[in-house]
Amino acid sequence: MARLRFDSTTIGYGQKPVLYNISLAVSPGEVLGVVGPNGVGKTTLIKAASGILPPFEGRIYINNQDLNRLSPSERARNLAVVPQARQLPEAFTARDVVLMGRTPYLGWFARESESDHRIADEVMAQTATAHLADRQVGQLSGGEQQRVLIARALAQTPSVLLLDEPSAHLDLKYQDEVLKLVRELALEEDFAVVIALHDLNLVARFADRVALLSDGRVRNVGEPTQVLTPDALAEVYGVEIHVYTHPIHGTPLVLS
Amino acid sequence: MGKEKRQTSAEGHPSRIQGVRSQSLTPWVWTGGGLLVMAVLSAAIGPVAIPPNVIFKILLSRISFAAIEVDWPSTFNTILYQIRLPHTALIALTGMALGASGAAYQGLFRNPLADPYIIGVASGAGLAAVLAMSTQWPSTTFGLVTIPAAAFTGALITVGVVYIFARVGRTTPITTLILAGVAVSTFTSALTSLIMLLSTDELYRAIAWLLGGSTLGGWPPVLAALPYLLVGLAVLLFLGRPLNVLQFGDEQALQLGLNVEHYKLVIVAASSLVAATAVSFSGIIGFIGLVVPHLVRLLWGPDYRRLIPLAMVTGGVVLLAADIVARTILAPRELPVGIVTAVIGAPFFLWLLRRAKQVRFW
Repeated sequence: MARLRFDSTTIGYGQKPVLYNISLAVSPGEVLGVVGPNGVGKTTLIKAASGILPPFEGRIYINNQDLNRLSPSERARNLAVVPQARQLPEAFTARDVVLMGRTPYLGWFARESESDHRIADEVMAQTATAHLADRQVGQLSGGEQQRVLIARALAQTPSVLLLDEPSAHLDLKYQDEVLKLVRELALEEDFAVVIALHDLNLVARFADRVALLSDGRVRNVGEPTQVLTPDALAEVYGVEIHVYTHPIHGTPLVLS
Repeated sequence: MGKEKRQTSAEGHPSRIQGVRSQSLTPWVWTGGGLLVMAVLSAAIGPVAIPPNVIFKILLSRISFAAIEVDWPSTFNTILYQIRLPHTALIALTGMALGASGAAYQGLFRNPLADPYIIGVASGAGLAAVLAMSTQWPSTTFGLVTIPAAAFTGALITVGVVYIFARVGRTTPITTLILAGVAVSTFTSALTSLIMLLSTDELYRAIAWLLGGSTLGGWPPVLAALPYLLVGLAVLLFLGRPLNVLQFGDEQALQLGLNVEHYKLVIVAASSLVAATAVSFSGIIGFIGLVVPHLVRLLWGPDYRRLIPLAMVTGGVVLLAADIVARTILAPRELPVGIVTAVIGAPFFLWLLRRAKQVRFW
């Protein structure tokens, strides 16, 4: 059963559609990578999947419920977004930020309870951010900020995780670290994960399936070896592209 | 499923929760103590000085049955109860209202330069209040209670207009917010002046009121303001957590499950109610709502759960201090307190403006 499903969905801003007739499904424990040239609509897809951008046509289902009929808090209990780590209010502590993941469970005038704090402790241990708890997020490195944001998403105890370019602006070491963490979480917690990435080699290594976007449509979706082919990529990206096999990981290695 | 696993394994987890959550009491001691000291000074200072120890004795003789030897002139009783205490209470409440609403507006607009004065809410409330006064000067209880309601309506309309004009795409940038605020408040101030010119009889009182001098003496204005302030401030004090979430931007707040539009409406309504009430009874007092939340943020951090109550109390302290200056600096003449806050606050505002260009201190 798919956790998250796009059913012939057309998405865009204002009057202008960006993505047409999208049909995709993500199962528990699966990581779906979304790739495509800049401006093709990767971020738009993530926004629509998070419920903040109602589709023009078609529906999006989360655990078989119509996403856009749920209230913001109902949505946020099922589905968490890990945004890019830029533009965080820098003076909050990491712990404050993680606790904000409990927002969908707290009513108008409620305060965080013992169990909310326990969950924050838990997810910070899971993401190796416990030692950062009392540091201000503005003072953390990009990789640390990204892990704190993942912890915040986990604190929502969702069943679907959406990540928008979580490794952009990160050094190689942190890219690997963050994506490995996401990969592990998908398996351990049975999350359905959708991750927008512009780096094709990272997608090849960390995604179970890849959706290649082009011209407002899903051009191809399937396992990395099936989707990341020289012909398809050359057509979509408009340059000659060579695909080898990664000597260690055995995954596709894409070079221009 | 993952959820169960996380919750059960949480049992054996060593809890450092208490240590993290026990917050320092220092800011409360400072601000609370400051409020007490300033309130006593405010009640003590005036044409007839009443020594603080006498103030305590007078209050004590009123509330307790203990025999207290009366060693002060009986006129002190009248001065304290009829003039000083209501004035002190009104100033303190006004300062609290401006401090708390300034902090809330800043959080709402995610903009450190928002305050009821700069974004034009105060002028809008002032215009509506003057309109209400021109039809019926608050000599009756009814008149007294309708003024805040009129001012509240004016404040809401103003904040709506400013917000619409200041919005660029999905954000409210500093520059457009200030420009829209300036334009709208210039417009409403001009209308206010026009109305005051046309109704000649109460002109002096209206001008004095507008500059932040409380022209109405005694307890009635305090009692009229109290219900509005209690409701508005109580709501603001409870909205610290959602205000924190809003600092991540509307989009993330929504994705975190916050019903952003509902919360924003309630925050706007509560802060406008509180600011409008302050304007209704104390006139347009600038910069308290700007300076005070900043001071608190610099000293004690950006967490709105603490920022709102601390800005509230500190607002009381600062306005009481400004009021004492206003009453003493040219004694026996009393200046409207709005002049004092503007003289001190405007340079601070300019300094902030320079700083805001250089660093993101938000």
